[in-house]
Amino acid sequence: MMFVVTSAALLVGMGLVMCRALLGPTAYDRVLALNNIGTKTVVLIAVLGFLNGRPEFLDLALAYALINFIGTIAVLKYIEYGDLGAGSRPDGAVPEGFRPGARSDGSLRDRGTT
Amino acid sequence: MNRAVWLWGILFALWLVLSWHFTTLLLTFGVATCVIAVWVAVRMGTLDRESVPVHLILRAFAYVPWLVWEIFRSNVRVARLILAPRLRVDPSIVHFFASQRTDLGRFIYANSITLTPGTVTTGIVGDDFEVHAIVQSEIDGSEENDMNRRVTWLEGEAAP
Amino acid sequence: MMEQAATALSWALLLGGAFFLLTGSLGMVRLPDVFTRMHAAGMTDTMGAGMILVGLAVYNGADLVTVRLLLILAFLWFTSPIATHAVAKAALSGGLRPYTLGAGDGDAAGDGADRAEGGLPS
Repeated sequence: MMFVVTSAALLVGMGLVMCRALLGPTAYDRVLALNNIGTKTVVLIAVLGFLNGRPEFLDLALAYALINFIGTIAVLKYIEYGDLGAGSRPDGAVPEGFRPGARSDGSLRDRGTT
Repeated sequence: MNRAVWLWGILFALWLVLSWHFTTLLLTFGVATCVIAVWVAVRMGTLDRESVPVHLILRAFAYVPWLVWEIFRSNVRVARLILAPRLRVDPSIVHFFASQRTDLGRFIYANSITLTPGTVTTGIVGDDFEVHAIVQSEIDGSEENDMNRRVTWLEGEAAP
Repeated sequence: MMEQAATALSWALLLGGAFFLLTGSLGMVRLPDVFTRMHAAGMTDTMGAGMILVGLAVYNGADLVTVRLLLILAFLWFTSPIATHAVAKAALSGGLRPYTLGAGDGDAAGDGADRAEGGLPS
């Protein structure tokens, strides 16, 4: 019984996140939503294994977790560089979008208190 | 050398957990596979304090339960935020200072920040952490200072 | 007696996990932009998956299956912050700027579509 309830919650959650994957205004929303659906799938496979009394499903869940992570990273790398073989930035380079130093408002970069 | 033995032990334990067949043939395959994997790691020169951080194991037993408790607290906080009838998000980018001396320590600190919902590390340059916080006013720096202190303790002595 | 306690504990953990999971999914729909949604995604990855897997482990008792469950959990907790950080970094370098209260009309419940400028075509 409790596995049925958990599976139902997982499926409802996947449906909600699928809405975000379909709506999401940017590609990053979609990647985030797909990664989240993948995590839920891992848990769902584990719960279904217990529901059917076949704990061997856990091996599938582990493999799916690996594929989900690698897939997310690959898609993001492709979006960012347009090329899966692109090298990484040189050491010490400031990534794009990073604004070094403290902002004047809301900054918590306090060296003294640690 | 010591690290190679550690890595082999960890890999073989993983093999045993995933296989759990104790026939001579499969055990031989397991031993051989782990030896080849360790040999490749040694040849690649990736066997160091970062890739096999066994020196952290003892202190991790103290750090991980604290981290789980912290994750639970911030989960409850974000859940209340999401379930409120009117969203009160006030997101902002804030900067933290990291006092860790090694890249491994910074990695652990950044991942700990990201694991606690409500704060996500978006960029690191040196000891300057750029963090996206979902409610700016709830971040007063004290919790992050606490976490920073604990990760620095977990990291232990600086790498030689 | 021990068995009943274990069953009750696993019920509580599974229901708690389902609660956090549904809340996180709701947050994915409700929150205004991709940076705030990452916090909701982090909720499902940490407490949602964590409590459900630990609940299954408590139900199962101490044997090999429990070890594998905890292995999956450890793997999820190692990879989820890296994936989240990768999304954030890619979104920042793709030109997205985080949603802030001051910049908009003060209504945090907007869908954020209007600030997706500079992002990839959706």
